[in-house]
Amino acid sequence: MTLSPIFDAPVSVLRRALDEKEISSIELTGLFLDRIEALDPGLNAFITVDRERTLAEARAADERIARNETKPLTGIPLAYKDVFCTEGMLTTCASKMLSNFVSPYDAHVVSLLKQAGAVNLGKTNMDECAMGSSSETSYYGPVNNPWEPGHVAGGSSGGSAAAVAARLAPIATGSDTGGSVRQPAAFCGITGIKPTYGLVSRYGMIAYASSLDQGGAFGASAEDCALLLSAMTGFDPRDSTSLDRPTENYAAAIEAPVSDAARPLAGLTIGIPKEFFPDEMGSEIRAAVEEALAQYRALGASLRDIDLPNARLAIPVCYVIAMAEASSNLSRFDGVRYGHRAAEYADLVDMYCKSRSEGFGAEVQRRILAGTFVLSHGYYDAYYLQAQKLRRLIAGDFQRAFAGCDLIAGPTSPVTAWVLGSMSDDPVQMYLADIYTTPVNLAGLPGLSHPCGFDAAGLPIGLQLIGNYFSEARLLTATHRFQQATDWHLRRPPVSAPAA
Amino acid sequence: MSRSDWEVVIGLEIHAQLSTSSKIFSGASTAFGAQPNVQACAEDIALPGVLPVLNRGAVERAIRFGLALGSRIAPKSVFERKNYFYPDLPAGYQVSQLELPVVQGGTITIRVGEGEGAYEKTIRLTRAHLEEDAGKSLHEDFHGMSGIDLNRAGMPLLEIVSEPDMRSSAEAAAYARAIHALVRWIDICDGNMQEGSFRCDANVSVRRKGAEAFGTRREIKNLNSFRFLQQAIDFEVAWQIETLEDGGRFEQSTVLFDPATGQTRMMRSKEDAHDYRYFPDPNLLPLMIEPEWIERVRATMPELPMAMKARFEREFGLSAQDAAALIASREMADYFSAVVAATGAEHAKLCANWMMGELAARLNRAGLEIDAAPVSGAQLAGLLLRIADGSISNAIARQVFEALWNGEGTDADEIIERLGLKQVTDSGAIEAMIEEVIAANPKSVEEFRGGKEKAFNALVGQVMKASRGKANPARVNELMRRRLGT
Amino acid sequence: MSLSNEQVVHLARLARLSIPEDVNVTRKQLDSIFVLVSQMQTVDTTDVEPMSHPQELAARMREDVVTETPCLAAFQAIAPQAEAGLYLVPKVIE
Repeated sequence: MTLSPIFDAPVSVLRRALDEKEISSIELTGLFLDRIEALDPGLNAFITVDRERTLAEARAADERIARNETKPLTGIPLAYKDVFCTEGMLTTCASKMLSNFVSPYDAHVVSLLKQAGAVNLGKTNMDECAMGSSSETSYYGPVNNPWEPGHVAGGSSGGSAAAVAARLAPIATGSDTGGSVRQPAAFCGITGIKPTYGLVSRYGMIAYASSLDQGGAFGASAEDCALLLSAMTGFDPRDSTSLDRPTENYAAAIEAPVSDAARPLAGLTIGIPKEFFPDEMGSEIRAAVEEALAQYRALGASLRDIDLPNARLAIPVCYVIAMAEASSNLSRFDGVRYGHRAAEYADLVDMYCKSRSEGFGAEVQRRILAGTFVLSHGYYDAYYLQAQKLRRLIAGDFQRAFAGCDLIAGPTSPVTAWVLGSMSDDPVQMYLADIYTTPVNLAGLPGLSHPCGFDAAGLPIGLQLIGNYFSEARLLTATHRFQQATDWHLRRPPVSAPAA
Repeated sequence: MSRSDWEVVIGLEIHAQLSTSSKIFSGASTAFGAQPNVQACAEDIALPGVLPVLNRGAVERAIRFGLALGSRIAPKSVFERKNYFYPDLPAGYQVSQLELPVVQGGTITIRVGEGEGAYEKTIRLTRAHLEEDAGKSLHEDFHGMSGIDLNRAGMPLLEIVSEPDMRSSAEAAAYARAIHALVRWIDICDGNMQEGSFRCDANVSVRRKGAEAFGTRREIKNLNSFRFLQQAIDFEVAWQIETLEDGGRFEQSTVLFDPATGQTRMMRSKEDAHDYRYFPDPNLLPLMIEPEWIERVRATMPELPMAMKARFEREFGLSAQDAAALIASREMADYFSAVVAATGAEHAKLCANWMMGELAARLNRAGLEIDAAPVSGAQLAGLLLRIADGSISNAIARQVFEALWNGEGTDADEIIERLGLKQVTDSGAIEAMIEEVIAANPKSVEEFRGGKEKAFNALVGQVMKASRGKANPARVNELMRRRLGT
Repeated sequence: MSLSNEQVVHLARLARLSIPEDVNVTRKQLDSIFVLVSQMQTVDTTDVEPMSHPQELAARMREDVVTETPCLAAFQAIAPQAEAGLYLVPKVIE
């Protein structure tokens, strides 16, 4: 019997409590809504919370539970990154451009989770249009790191990560284009997984860079991530890149029995790319990651050195591709059919320019300009095409590496959460923080970050595990075994309501 | 310098709207004539987060087109985004194919002109690619604003691009007509030009005879009739030659044709040099077409027009001119085939003559297409068989045809029987009429005997009149001469 | 690689963004991005096939059936300016 408060409990405990009628979904949801009301002013993790609507969903979930029509997430409250369209609810992408956009439809992920009976707590804050690594570019203001307000939560899914870390939501969805699930998970001391490209439908997930974007899951632990991811994945005929394969039950997979309880990871080979441990690496991060790797070895895994020689180019390659795709993806925001339209304009072109420049923040406009440039006549081959070629080399490095290992491990980020505003003057400096996460998106591989320590300032450090295509179960299982033997995932930030 | 010192070079880009039920990348309906925007679904209005999924029916129609022109069907083709801002383009890009189109190369043989001067020419196809249509800007005044209707956004188009192989507006029009007939023949486009299902852009340039290099071209956009196509090219050619002969120059540009004035004018909206920033659409994977699919489509292809024309000449002994006329459209060819099937191949020439004579004239007067003809192929065949077996004369046949056209009977035999139009060939009956006519026209008999051949014709005419046209004229002639002893 | 102010203005125009108040600042920020990006030029990729998608699969197609019945009212309710079923924009001149 745990003495920890219910909001701190894993989803499996919430499930049991709901099923055994120890608590109703209304009560549970109300508890989280109260926490959001009390604590979010200090975090700014949410953009939209609609108490009535949320409680109505909880009531419906309770009715399902009463009828014994329960699925794993029925009645469980969760939060959506505001990149997922929710019918009849504001869906902003943290942009002024969509600050008035009430979506007329649900994203596929939202439909799936609705069908599962999950309760929507609200829409979480993020970098505008998912462009950023700190959740500072939001039109709704920056997200604070629950471990140390005044520091960033990471990004772009910073609101979801902060909400789960501060227990404003048990679990939350995110999206990951170059690390936007894994990096904020690391910064906020929680677990976050980005699955294989194509496993989670992108239908209704507002696009940043279509060939890199992938929905993902946040939880305190691998176990919670497994439950959420199992409910989010599934073939969607409306997304041409959605993969038509049977869905997996990751929650069941991670509980698979092991022959040697002391060495549950026996037989697992983890590759350690030397490129992920450069000389200039911070000593605290190095120590935490190496200690975690020692733990993996203690659990039976064997470690071996591998090479990812082209990974060093992943940042420019990922940014060129992402900015190119974004410059085109964001053209639909033109003030004609929805979204922001300037109040005054001289003619059609002026209406476009004013609406877009008023609607988009500086970083988004910068990426649109850079993306426009790399696709433009005379520069396409040197930039966009070269990036696509290097993308193949980077993906090829992984395939060579996976011939000799099952998973790849390293730090999620070369830094811990920085002070809000400290990188705003130099966007490129911030791009560099994505060095270990971007190669994974380029190859379309699954990646996971789990907490493995803290720096001297008390800010969390994350370990990234990378798997081959469709190895989500392996990633989650390895993490689960690690978490059964450690308690990093049980640490909670000392969140309190801000002084009035 | 004169007109004859110049050579005209024309290439056409034809947009054929494919006859699918749903749009190329969405499940919205393609039915024509709906109220504004009611057929524009979330994907068509480019809501945030929506995604395209390719319509198999559109691809299959592209394959049919490629097979009809002997083109290469690309085993792999790629959809790319053409980026530009325009209010009728909801996503800010058009999904099209640039580098790797689905249909590559191919040829079509066209027949230019009529009668003695007619000639055949083979035009090379550069490519044909799949793309989505844009919506429409309506220029009626809404408080000084334009209205945007996106029903047409996402309609499936096949853009058919020719090589610059045409040397006159007549060739261009003949090519456009041939493609128009073909896309309807193979059932991939309804060809309705008023509804915009078939639109032509013409790239026109002129160069001095003998010159190697092409002249600067201007593109005439959105020509929606063959007549306008020819008029627009004629005007443009004259303008270019005049401009160049006056020592002037012009830029490569896009122009519009105004049917009211018969002139072309520059488009005003193209204010900045275009840089479309094409790149592969990351939402759409490459289109892979397996050989097996191509073979399955091939098995469903109808006999193609040029093959059918050759067969008509070979099997039925028809002239090239007649055969060409009969394959002008699938409906025409189907009609002819139905008639010949019923009459037998030995009467094919008679069938062709009637179709291009009486039937064509009657259709023309009524402003009808052959598939709307009130006289069916079976009915016409029934009529032609009675001409062939001598039951009725051509003149009577025209009467019967008119009755059939007006729905005054079910078939030729029934009408002939009911109206008693069967030709009289019985000698006794004709001789009796001859006796009556001779008795009643002694003056004519005398004049004929005096050497006036005209008088003979008058007498024969009287007999024909007495028989109300039913007497066999040849028989009357023969018996009359015998009776008058010449 | 460094951009000229004219190029920045041209890019803004292509992207339908207002010309930045201080073009120099924007140009410098873009330049710093392209300094980072220039690392890509150090690798010879002569015989490498570009990779546009993480999954190298063929397009999945849908059957040609009408599946969408758009809700005009819902779509136009979120439009900045609509009338008689049309989206209104400043005059389009051809």
